[in-house]
Formats: sequence, structure tokens, C-alpha cells
Amino acid sequence: MSEKRTGAQILCEALIQNGVNVMFGIPGGAIMPFYFAMWEYRDQLRHVLCRHEQGAGHAAEGYARSTGQVGVCIGTSGPGTTNLVTPIADAWMDSTAMLAITGQVSSAVLGKDAFQETDITGITMPITKHNYLIKNVDEIAYAIKEALHIASTGRPGPVLVDITKDALQATTVPDYSKKIFMPGYRPTVQGSKKQVRNAMEMMLGSKKPLLMIGNGVIMANATAEVRAFAERYKLPVVTTLHGLGGFPEDHELCIGMPGMHGWVHVNRAIQEADFLLNIGGRFDDRVTGKASTFAPNASIVHVDIDPSEIGKNIAVDVPIVGDAKVVLLSLLEEEPEERKVAEFHGHAGEWLGKIRELQQKHQHKQQYLNRPDTSMLLPHDVYAAMTKMINERGNYRVVTDVGQHQMWAAQLLDWYQPRTHITSGGAGTMGFAVPAAMGVAVANPQDTVWAVCGDGGFQMTNQEMATVMQEGIKNIKVAIINNGYLGMVRQWQELFENKRYSGTPLSGPNFQKLAEAYGWKGITVESVDQVEAAIAEAYATDGPVLIDFRVEREVNVFPMVPQNKSIGEMITE
Amino acid sequence: MKTHTLVVLMQDRPGVLNRAVSMFRRRGYNIASLAVGHTETPGISRMTVVVESDQIEQVVKQLYRLIEVLKVSDVTADPTVEREMALIKLHVPGQQRAEIVALTEVFGAKIVDVASNTMVIEMTGGPSKVENFIDMVRPFGIKEMMRTGRIAMVRGPRGHSGADLVEASWQSEGMGTVGTVAQ
Repeated sequence: MSEKRTGAQILCEALIQNGVNVMFGIPGGAIMPFYFAMWEYRDQLRHVLCRHEQGAGHAAEGYARSTGQVGVCIGTSGPGTTNLVTPIADAWMDSTAMLAITGQVSSAVLGKDAFQETDITGITMPITKHNYLIKNVDEIAYAIKEALHIASTGRPGPVLVDITKDALQATTVPDYSKKIFMPGYRPTVQGSKKQVRNAMEMMLGSKKPLLMIGNGVIMANATAEVRAFAERYKLPVVTTLHGLGGFPEDHELCIGMPGMHGWVHVNRAIQEADFLLNIGGRFDDRVTGKASTFAPNASIVHVDIDPSEIGKNIAVDVPIVGDAKVVLLSLLEEEPEERKVAEFHGHAGEWLGKIRELQQKHQHKQQYLNRPDTSMLLPHDVYAAMTKMINERGNYRVVTDVGQHQMWAAQLLDWYQPRTHITSGGAGTMGFAVPAAMGVAVANPQDTVWAVCGDGGFQMTNQEMATVMQEGIKNIKVAIINNGYLGMVRQWQELFENKRYSGTPLSGPNFQKLAEAYGWKGITVESVDQVEAAIAEAYATDGPVLIDFRVEREVNVFPMVPQNKSIGEMITE
Repeated sequence: MKTHTLVVLMQDRPGVLNRAVSMFRRRGYNIASLAVGHTETPGISRMTVVVESDQIEQVVKQLYRLIEVLKVSDVTADPTVEREMALIKLHVPGQQRAEIVALTEVFGAKIVDVASNTMVIEMTGGPSKVENFIDMVRPFGIKEMMRTGRIAMVRGPRGHSGADLVEASWQSEGMGTVGTVAQ
């Protein structure tokens, strides 16, 4: 223990000791000492060499979101770190546990505009949960421990540790035993019992209750508790974009997704509800529409581990700060009078019936049937085949990018399991899917990982296909919903800007040939009857596969709430 | 918008002021005055910030999100001692000196520099008193003025000792039920 180590060796050992075993990154001048040391630890610390730091960052996000562990990415100083800014911002918006380790120029030239110097701690201050600039080798071991702790606890988020080259090169006798001491960081895990009781009382007094679940439920691994609670009180369950998979969609109580591209019956139910219990969602504007008009008749209970989310967008009647799982266990411990519960069941049942009636009227029309009479390949055909085939085979994850294909995937695929639906929600980062899916595939070699993208987002980060080949990652399949447009923007232009398609028509390469150039299997699908065969072939191929689904170009995502309108005002066709 | 005085205790680490101020900027909270300095406890700084906001609860919660922030108190409604300081350089021809001297005495200000045509006055007091004094001397001709941010302290035994916070601080072992790092 008394042996001297370089800062870089200490960095490796601290990562290993704190549970890290995979990192995604790219070397460069300032971070070279870390790569030198990493070689010694390569059996315990796998490094995935990416093609762009943005890819490394999203891969770390995919790793984190699919496992609940911290995803680690690495960049060198200057452009290496600024390329990480987008995934860091993405992780910040979607509360993803991420550790970004960045090299910095030597402390002697720090602040002097040295080669490849950027103030990355300054740049990332507003988009990290915390960040560090380490100039002293003695601080490395503890900083890594603290950083991983901050990233993974409370409301998870990205933490950046910037280490100067001389600190990585200097030697010291490491001390890994220093206990975490952060008097200013104490996430509240246990919700107030009094508020839990108030929430229960409020709920049992209601006649049109809704339970809304968000990302917090999935991150807290609380899906079993949510289910038990919903079933105990027969609560209709709304799943937000990030809550998808947190409650099985074939469950009799699941009514679906709310918001801008949510279902009509769900948004109508929210507007009519007299009680809304939101667990682990943050009332994003894509969920609420115009916030002042959201759920006008409902008493609202908001459970969130981050106190600043409560009352930020929507005024609440009962705030509960705590971990979703712990609060749900407290809610389940409550034992209201059976007579009251029976009466409540009656109301809730009647209410659910009413919602289902609305659903009959609206959803099916939207789902698969509202298909023009055409032989053309529609996005809906792809999703219909996909949801059937991936569920038949099981063990899957779906990572979506941002845009029309993302909303269709949320709407048209059926979600049953937590951490199977991974997408860029808050930041809406195009280019997320391919690298994130790579991270998911590395973390979950037993699963088939589908990256569903548009042709726009795919072209932003598709160079990671080379990383997939180099690393021998076989369990990844990419489905491009290729409509030759930046489709969501085009949709808005069609609906609100009189079809002025400014900057949205998009050409691409021959994606099948591109895939083949990378050593992947490439498949082109141009008609409905080829869809299932292509997906089957992707499954039958022992290696990465790309399917280019050339779909009808001008299909819209409906239903839709125009921006800044009430969710009660939906465009349905 | 309502004006609030916040007392913020935070760990004295590089960048902590930047974190706080950057948060105010990006969330659009308007800082009317800001003063930072050491406290009686080594390692803990204290900031008094006067904010104009109708969402003071959000401001406080956002401050608490910063890892180094230990305690935030809105002391607006509390009995407090609040002080600001101003250094004012006045243009004072010889014949007006007596008048200025009388004014500074009334306000309890101090003359800290006298030259042939100028005087520098140090004025310390509550915000309105400093304001009043400035209004009174303005007609003489203010050549230069520099004011500090406001500092505030709650009266009586209750307060914001940094030492209490360190005593009551907590070790994080066993915490963090969400997405804990696999060990």
C-alpha cells in the first residue's frame, strides 16, 4: 500500500475499486498518461475506442441507462472535451449517471491558452451535477470516488473530472480509504410520512384518479412497487416517454403515453382527472403542453427525488421529496379503511371504463388503421412488424434517436420491461441512437439491441459503426426509418408553415452499401412484404445489421398537440 | 417583483461563487446585490445575495442543488442587521467643507481623505440610510462612487454559524438508493 503510483495509475485503480469496468473514449495529448497506465489494467478496465467523443459520451449514456450503473467516457483536452459537451448536456437533461474524465493541459500552462486548452469545467458547469478540475495527484483517488457517488445517487446526472497532464504523471502513495464527506450533498430518500398520508387521503377522496410514472420509477428500480400500488387501488396508469416500460402496456390499467404525441384519450383523461399522482416525472413541457392549462381539475401529488422539480413547472397540492421506490413502499404501507378503498375502486373502475371508451373512439384509428390505401411502405408497417417480432424473440432493447421515428416507436411498439426503451428525451439529441445502442450492446451482450433512427440522426454519428466492428459487437441492429427528410421539422412546416420545406429535404448515401463498407450486413426494404423477412434476416445474422426502410416520405406523427397549446387541443389527422 | 435577502453558506472551494452566479444567470434570476466573504469557520464562505424574484422557492432549491451549498436562508422577514458600505468622492470647494462635515456627522459617516478640492467619505449603514446619504450629498457633485454588496446577519442567538453545519454534517455511507454504483 505504500508503493508510489502515478496519477494515471491511481485513476485506473480508483475506477476499478468503485465498480467501473468499461469506458468509452478517445486518447489525445493531455490524456495520454491515462492511456499509458490503462494498458496495465486492461483485464479489469475495458476501453472501447470510439470514432468521435460524442459517440463515446452517448455510448456511456446507453451503458448507464440500460444498467443503472455509471457510464464512463473519456476525452482529451480541447476539442476532445468540447465534443463531449452534447452527451453531457443530454445526460443532464435525462438524469443519466455519467462520469466524463477529461485530460487537461499541464498546470504550468493552464490559463495561458496553451495548445488544446479549453476551460471545460467552466463550459460544463451549467450542464453537470458537479465538476472538478484536479491539478494535484493527491486529489485524484478521492475525486473519482466522490464523482461516481454524486453521479449515481439522488437524482443521477453527469459529473466531469478534468485532470491536468502533470497530475496524471506525478507520483504519490495513493489513499483510497478516505471516506466521502459532502456536507452539502444529502439526497432525501425517504418521503415525509405526513405527506404520504395526505396524498393517500386526497387520492381516496377522488373519483377520477390517474397515476403518472416517469423516468424516476425506472431509475429507482421501482416498477414492481408501481405495479403493486396501481393494482391495489386500481389506478389508471399513464407512462411518460421516459416512463415507457415502467408499467407493462398490456396491463388492464395501463392507458399509455401523454403529451405532445401522446394518445388523445390519455390527454383528455388528464384534463378531466380530479387527482393526479406523478411519480418520478418532471412535468416537462412536452408532457404538459401549455402548463397553465394542464390538468385543470386535478389535485396534484408530485413525488420526485429532486426538490427543485416540485413546483417548478406545475403547482402541486402535495409535494413528496424522496426516492420513487421508497415513497411507493410508504404508500403501500398505508392501510386505509377497506370500505373507503372499495368505494374508491368503484369510482376508479367507472373512470377507467370511461377512458377506455374514449380510447376505442380515438386510438385505434391512429394506431395502425389510419393507413391510406396504398401499397407504399409506411413507417407504421415497420413498427407493426417490429413490435411483433422483437416481443416474440424477447431479450431486446430499443434505442431511439430524435424525431418522427422516435415518437412512432414510443407509440407503436409495445413496452413491457424497464430499461428496454432508451431515448434522448429532454435534450432531444439527434445522433444519440447508434452510439447509445453501442453502449447498451456492450453492457448487455445477452440482448439484441435495436437502434431505431431517422436518416437525419443516423448520419450524425454513424461512424461508430466502425467502433462496433473493431470491438466485435454483434448484438446490434440498426433500423433506419428513411423518409429523405428531417421529418419532424418537415411535419411542422407542413402543418404550421404552409409546406415551406426549408432545409428539410435530405439526401443520404446508399445505406446498405455504407453498412457493407463498414463490414456490417446491409438490407434495403422498399415494400411492405419485405419487412418481416428483413427483420428475420437481421435476427438470423450473427453480427451487426443495418436495415434501410425506405418509407413513404410525407407521413405525419399523430396525434399532436401544437406547441404551447393545451393538451386538450389535439390535431388527430 | 419581490426583493429577498438570502444568506448562503457554502464550502470555500474554487469556482463555488462562479457556480452560484452562473446558476442565477442561466435561470434568469436577477441579482440586485451580492457580497461574499469568509466566515468564523475555516473552509466555509458566506454569501449575502439580494434577489428580485417571484419564485424565491425555486431560487433556494436551485441553490441547494449545488453540491457545495450547505445552507440557504431567506432572511427577508427576519429581524436582521443589514449593512452596505459606500466610498464617495465629492467635489468640495473650500467654502462647502463645513456643510459636508456636518452632514457626515449627522449620518455617522467618516471622512477618510481630504484634498484641496475633493473629499472621500466612507458611509456604512443599512441600505436606506446609505441611499439617503447619497441623495443628500449628490447636489455637491459626486466625482466617483463605489458601493459594496449588502451583508446581513440575523439578530439574537439564532443564526447561521458555519461550525454548526460541519458538526451536523453527514457521512454518505449507505445512502443513495438510486442507481448506486455496482460494487
